[in-house]
Amino acid sequence: MLMGSSCLIRLLLGAAFLLAGISALPGADTVEFKIGYLRLVQPRTTISLVEMPAPNDGLAGAELAVTDNNTTGRFLNQHFSLEDVKLTPADDVAAAVGGLADRGISLLIVDLPADAVLRAADAARARGLLVFNAGALDDRLREVDCRANVVHTAPTRSMLADGLAQYLVWKQWRRWVLIVGSHEPDKLYAEALRRSAQRFGAKIVQEKVFEDTGGSRRSDTGVVQVQRQIPVFTQQLPDYDVLVAADESEVFAGYLPYRTWNPRPVAGSAGLVPTSWNASNDQWGATQMQDRFMRQFARPMTALDMQAWTAARMIGESAVHVRSTDAKATLDFFKSPEFALAAFKGQKLTLRDWNLQLRQPILLTDGRTIVSVSPQEGFLHQFSELDTLGFDRSESKCKLN
Amino acid sequence: MRPSRSLLGFVVIATLTDPACAFTAYVSNEKGNTITVLDTNTLQVIKTIKVGQRPRGIELTKDGKFILVAVGDDDTIQMIDPKSDDIVATLPSGPDPELFTQDPAGNILYVANENNNTVTIIDLEKRVPIGEVQVGVEPEGMGLSPDGKILVNTSETTNMAHFIDTQTRQIIANVLVDPRPRFAAFTSDGSQLWVSSEVGGTVSVIDPAKHEVIKKITFAIPGLRSEAVQPVGINITRDGKTGFVALGPANRVAVIDGATHEVKKYLLVGQRVWHMAFTPDEKYLLTTNGVSNDVSVIDVASLKVIKSIQVGQLPWGIAISRQ
Repeated sequence: MLMGSSCLIRLLLGAAFLLAGISALPGADTVEFKIGYLRLVQPRTTISLVEMPAPNDGLAGAELAVTDNNTTGRFLNQHFSLEDVKLTPADDVAAAVGGLADRGISLLIVDLPADAVLRAADAARARGLLVFNAGALDDRLREVDCRANVVHTAPTRSMLADGLAQYLVWKQWRRWVLIVGSHEPDKLYAEALRRSAQRFGAKIVQEKVFEDTGGSRRSDTGVVQVQRQIPVFTQQLPDYDVLVAADESEVFAGYLPYRTWNPRPVAGSAGLVPTSWNASNDQWGATQMQDRFMRQFARPMTALDMQAWTAARMIGESAVHVRSTDAKATLDFFKSPEFALAAFKGQKLTLRDWNLQLRQPILLTDGRTIVSVSPQEGFLHQFSELDTLGFDRSESKCKLN
Repeated sequence: MRPSRSLLGFVVIATLTDPACAFTAYVSNEKGNTITVLDTNTLQVIKTIKVGQRPRGIELTKDGKFILVAVGDDDTIQMIDPKSDDIVATLPSGPDPELFTQDPAGNILYVANENNNTVTIIDLEKRVPIGEVQVGVEPEGMGLSPDGKILVNTSETTNMAHFIDTQTRQIIANVLVDPRPRFAAFTSDGSQLWVSSEVGGTVSVIDPAKHEVIKKITFAIPGLRSEAVQPVGINITRDGKTGFVALGPANRVAVIDGATHEVKKYLLVGQRVWHMAFTPDEKYLLTTNGVSNDVSVIDVASLKVIKSIQVGQLPWGIAISRQ
């Protein structure tokens, strides 16, 4: 179980502070909030050179949130800091979590693959840490493999696919051809897209697998062959409205737009992409966020940066209200009706109490602008329209304990 | 109406409130880069003035002679002569100004700079910056106590109302409110401060002497999910009896009882209602509706929406002059 028997007292203290005006108290002891950041460092190549991830992808978002939290902390005598721990695939995740716990950290952001998230979660549970999954999109982490001490700020594949599907159906682009990569994450994304098609009334008229036969993303010879390969690959398909690609592995989707046999739009892993964030989002005050990020890191802000920012900002919010790093009190606050996060997405973000997934709109971007934001108009829900994205409470296989 | 009033000899009252006088409303159109000028008597558009990029916060100078409009993408506040439509000055507002307020004498302008966590203080006559105050992340709402002694700034990501002593320019208190506080308004007697939280979906009523939240106003509209309730603009009648809160994408203005702080009524207006302004006689309350490109006119006495007027592209702010 999560530790922290004094959480009730702290909550009451927090409530007492809320009622009173908060003045900066010069000379009062500053409370330190140390946040762990655990990530797997492995090279990742993208088809587009401009989308190559920076070495601090994700971490930078958490660092920006720490800066934001510290601006607020000046008024509350709170100080936030990050400890960044980099792992290689050979490293022991549980040992790394233990090390962070030894250094007094109770709140931990992770950017790890699904299995490693579970190893971190189980090690964290033994030491009373609360984990924030900022990286893994896997639905199973919120469903059969959900954990009572893991909050998910990353959206799931099903949320991304539903966000895209709602828009395609709104556009009346109901006949899809689905092209799936040959790697495991591609197959999981395709599964989510199939579910969305069925859920919102689209029809997958044909599926094709794009085998990864190896090869580099960049070459001196250039895209001469690609220009011939893609039309041939997309020839002889039944009549369709949109080509949907599931290619998280960055093998082929980036080559599809403008090269299909029939002139059709592309969506999914290329073309119109559903995401938690894009550097082009300038709505709902996001311009300030993009500016702050660019000033601090001299590069555009990615979806992973946003997911990590969101986790560290959630910690900032709980610090203001709970005034403690206690993991249980922090989680109780997130699950309470008092919690609402402003994250430049046009509405408050709240937590699904049945699986600890953060509710969030899904942005649809062509990489240069935000084309639309889901949930789309007309997709209704009895509790929150954000719950039309991803697995809903009644479908959930998660048992938190 | 005009002759009968003057016949009755309401000279003093007439100069103060003059309901017969045609007031002029100025609406900033965020996307159109224009100001729409409306006659509040005929409820017709008089003309459109071209301004800088992304006009939002808008006020008139206290002498009524000039329009001040924050043009965020040009990093300045433009001073415009409404007679000639000329931009007579650009004020050193600091980067990305959005909302601002003036001291009661009209000599000093306080500007929220969203992009660098500061409030800039400007001498309006000399048109030079004379100071700045470091506040929370993304300062936005600006409210000045009626006596001009306390400036309140709300910071959207820090989620606080910062109380600033205008003499010492020091923060004297910070009051936590719900997420994304966007607007701060004092009652005319200075006894209450209302702060709207756009993402939190609430209005905090604060005792400005004790720096305490004394009431949190919540909004429940049948058939509408809670995420759509996003309070921004607040206007309170001079007698303090009625408050109006613009609820953003809920497309409604809430009418609040000033004594009990209970919601009395929801008025359906245009889409994505941002800000509001009373005519000086408080006969009408005009609202800017960002998505439907119009202004709704609320009759304050009957609490009815009586007209909508097409304005420019994405209307945002509004100010009304006596002229």
